[in-house]
Amino acid sequence: MAVLWDVIVIGGGHAGCEAGAAAARHGARTLLITHSWNDVGALSCNPAIGGLGKGHLVREVDALDGLMGRAIDQAGIQFRVLNRSKGPAVQGPRAQADRGLYRSAMRRLLAEQSNLTVMEEAVVGLRRSGEGAITGVCLSDGRELKAGAVVLTAGTFLRGVMHVGDKAEPGGRLGDPAADHLGRSLAALKLPMGRLKTGTPARLDGRTIDYRGLAAQSGDEPSEPFSYLPGTLGGQAQVACHITHTTPSTHALIRANLVRSALYGGAISGIGPRYCPSIEDKVVKFPDRERHQVFLEPEGLDDPTVYPNGVSTSLPADVQTAFLRTLPGLEKVEVLRPGYAIEYDMVDPRALRPSLEVRQVPGLFLAGQVIGTTGYEEAAGLGLVAGLNAARRVGDSPPWVPRRTESYLGVMIDDLVTRGVDEPYRMFTSRAEYRLHLRADNADRRLTALGVELGVVGSERARVTADKVAAVEALTRLLSNRNLTPSEARQAGFVVNDDGQRRDGLTLLGLPEARWEEVVRAWPDLAPTPRVLTEVVRTDARYRGYLARQESDIRAYERDEALALPDSLDYSQVGSLSTELRTKLSAARPATLGAAARLPGMTPAALTALLRYVKKGRAA
Amino acid sequence: MTRAATIFAEATPSGAGALAVIRISGPQARQTLGRLGASVPEPRKAALRHLKGEDGQTLDHALVLFFPGPNSYTGEDVVELHVHGGRAVRRAVLGALASMPGVTPAEPGAFTRRAFEAGRLDLTQAEAVADLVAAETEAQRRQALRQLDGGLSARSEAWREVVLGVLADMEAHLDFSDEAEVEASSPAVADPLTRLLGEITEELAAGHRGERIREGIEVAVVGPPNAGKSSLVNALARREVAIVADSPGTTRDVIEVSLDLGGFAITLCDTAGLRETTDTVEKEGVRRALDRAAAADLSVMVLSGPEIGELSADLERHAAAADLVLVNKVDLLERVPAVVAGQPAIPVSVRSGKGLDRFEEVLAQTVAARYADTVVAAPVTRLRHRDALEQAASALARALGGDMATAPELVTEDVRLAARHLGRIAGRVDVEDVLDRIFSGFCIGK
Repeated sequence: MAVLWDVIVIGGGHAGCEAGAAAARHGARTLLITHSWNDVGALSCNPAIGGLGKGHLVREVDALDGLMGRAIDQAGIQFRVLNRSKGPAVQGPRAQADRGLYRSAMRRLLAEQSNLTVMEEAVVGLRRSGEGAITGVCLSDGRELKAGAVVLTAGTFLRGVMHVGDKAEPGGRLGDPAADHLGRSLAALKLPMGRLKTGTPARLDGRTIDYRGLAAQSGDEPSEPFSYLPGTLGGQAQVACHITHTTPSTHALIRANLVRSALYGGAISGIGPRYCPSIEDKVVKFPDRERHQVFLEPEGLDDPTVYPNGVSTSLPADVQTAFLRTLPGLEKVEVLRPGYAIEYDMVDPRALRPSLEVRQVPGLFLAGQVIGTTGYEEAAGLGLVAGLNAARRVGDSPPWVPRRTESYLGVMIDDLVTRGVDEPYRMFTSRAEYRLHLRADNADRRLTALGVELGVVGSERARVTADKVAAVEALTRLLSNRNLTPSEARQAGFVVNDDGQRRDGLTLLGLPEARWEEVVRAWPDLAPTPRVLTEVVRTDARYRGYLARQESDIRAYERDEALALPDSLDYSQVGSLSTELRTKLSAARPATLGAAARLPGMTPAALTALLRYVKKGRAA
Repeated sequence: MTRAATIFAEATPSGAGALAVIRISGPQARQTLGRLGASVPEPRKAALRHLKGEDGQTLDHALVLFFPGPNSYTGEDVVELHVHGGRAVRRAVLGALASMPGVTPAEPGAFTRRAFEAGRLDLTQAEAVADLVAAETEAQRRQALRQLDGGLSARSEAWREVVLGVLADMEAHLDFSDEAEVEASSPAVADPLTRLLGEITEELAAGHRGERIREGIEVAVVGPPNAGKSSLVNALARREVAIVADSPGTTRDVIEVSLDLGGFAITLCDTAGLRETTDTVEKEGVRRALDRAAAADLSVMVLSGPEIGELSADLERHAAAADLVLVNKVDLLERVPAVVAGQPAIPVSVRSGKGLDRFEEVLAQTVAARYADTVVAAPVTRLRHRDALEQAASALARALGGDMATAPELVTEDVRLAARHLGRIAGRVDVEDVLDRIFSGFCIGK
């Protein structure tokens, strides 16, 4: 007998967790199917969350009431804001996680979520109606479950092949089977596919590492949490990471064994990320470097496992142990698990609408590594949007398509569905043209009210954020209504010219060197203002001129975005397009003229032709 | 299914000439030949054909060329009919074309627009075609041709590449600062950006000269009352082909005439006489004359020969500041001074015409010396280009004034903006905005 669900989420990784929770928050009766409840919330690669661009994504997920920010706050054992010296727009929060604590925090958050059921099963196929729309899934025991929409977050499990040196075996993650049946079911949909690879380093036994003589890196004091909600930090002890490096003998060893590496032995055909090269790559591509830095990251407070960040590899296990022992401090290290490279299938994200629904299969949503991204944070962001849109589809609401002008989520989804990927996609702040606006400090002000409207934000967060927004506005108003003469300003410690101009409080706080202390010196009644407010107002003030200049850009952008290109547009009928562009456009099916403009190789001429065709072609 | 209409227009001016070229572009270009009773010639080879009307009557013996798409000007099939220039013939052939189904007269700029849309031209090249067709002097023509070769877009693209290179370093510094593989210190950006800003500033200065060539170099004729300024302007206008007839200025104190001098378009402006006066109306006239001289690209001081010995201090000063000094009414002088106010004097008698040749020659040389380089360099001739370059320059200047140590994200922001503005020149962004303005500036049939 078939059970009817609103939304079924396949996969319990970072994308699946956020998708399930988002659909459930939206009110959909949601089922999350994982092949292993024990692995839900696992950090299968490095034990850290956040960073530059990635930290922004986590804050956006949190602003939409997602789980990742709260989970890492619970599990963090070292919090650090990266780029602290460089200005708020390019600062990103990052934290080392205790793997075990993270997993239990995530599972607790899922368990507390109403409307969400988790089932431990293997999905072997997708069910579709005669028209091709998704109707449900089949399980390995032969049962069928019906659903209004399905979110597939298969990670690297589709035709996953793991390589340790010259040994290759199917699998999606060490110790897990690859999802071959599901892969075949997906293949039957005949979606455009690609093949990618990624890698991970060996895991070390920390008890065999000699930390004396290694530089230590500690976290910030106090810890800055990811979540905008109050009281999310777990409160456990904070630890340091240690830094070591490779040596000329490491490089010699690796070079001597290159032929035995899966990567250089020719066993791997998938494309790996340029920004996360294996140690083999580093040694081959930068032969002049005498050392490469390696961070020794603890995997947990009660867990001796250490993750050596910077030496991912697909060399044979014996070579891994040998080269690791050439690093200072690791002379006697014991390897707990060897590193490996993994190749896997991905669906070309250009087959998706910006809602993350598969264009050819109504009701099927994809998120995470299966559409070409890498990283927990990217997966979480995509999962949240996919889960929300799956639920909105079931509820007959229009999908939410985040915009590049409003969020990193918008940047990421637009990049994926219009440009596709040729290496695993990772977020960088430089991908965001409106970076000064899309900050980690204002994701709540950018997105939470919108999330309330979309029905994905709970009442507690809605209230907390509304209060904060009101407080920020009040403080901004108050500061713009007060002003100082140059000599008063200088007395308070501001650096200003003696030009006779009175300056308001916001202008003064926006000066490059200004700090809140000067404001308090000028107006002592403002002393009790909480730091979380003064910091965001100071950042707003500092960027004010730039943001105003950006506004005309944003308007032009939104105008192009307002011009929708019909999904059914037949590019072979658009005159004056080169065959190459025609193929590109047909593959990407950009949703708007703006998205078309961002396709690589797009020319102004082709855009004009497109514009002309769409404007008058509607009638024709 | 939508198909572009086939369009046609005269590619030559509509006045009577020995020949008129009618251009036809679009999917039915070939068929129009059949309908005119003519076979399609070999591609890109001229052939003589009898063009017949619907009733079978011969309209004209014409030279016919066929350019198959996509390697034609518009990217479509193009047919050119070189017909005899008489009004009746042209009207008959155009009428026959207009009566064919699916064939319509071209809107202004439609051919170039199609070429642009087919990717055959980038924006600056499309603009250059407009300029080329509108070019009335040799210098204008050469400048437009240079731009058609892609001179400006090539340079702005090269600059953009420089900016993108610097930007990549800056972005890496921001996005990968947590990775040891990236240099911990700030990237060295000041040098390349300073150099770039210098080049763009230089280009803008040259660009002002380029605009002058496109729009006409303004030469102010100043001098005391009754020195013969108006007579000089009128005499030159009569001797040369005046491009535009005399047009009075907003007030009677400035009269302009445009002429082609040595290949350059020159606008001569007659101004009110300079003299010391207490009359407020006249004072205003003198002030305007001086303003005009200051705003003009060149100024010519016209002095009256008989009064050359008794110049006021003010006049001496103005004469010394002028580009050329002309001494008129030399027929009334026994001896002509070689130098006036420290400047070589050009002796002229406007009334007899004596010395006018020499004056024209000197004026043409002066103009050429100042603007000839500009013609070769294909500079920024359009307001749109200048605006983009100015925005890029000011973004670069802001970036250079910023602090890479404490606010690298703001410095980077300005460099990003500079790249965007440079990209605008070849039409990488803001396409829709500029298109209509560009194409509406065209006349039919280019």
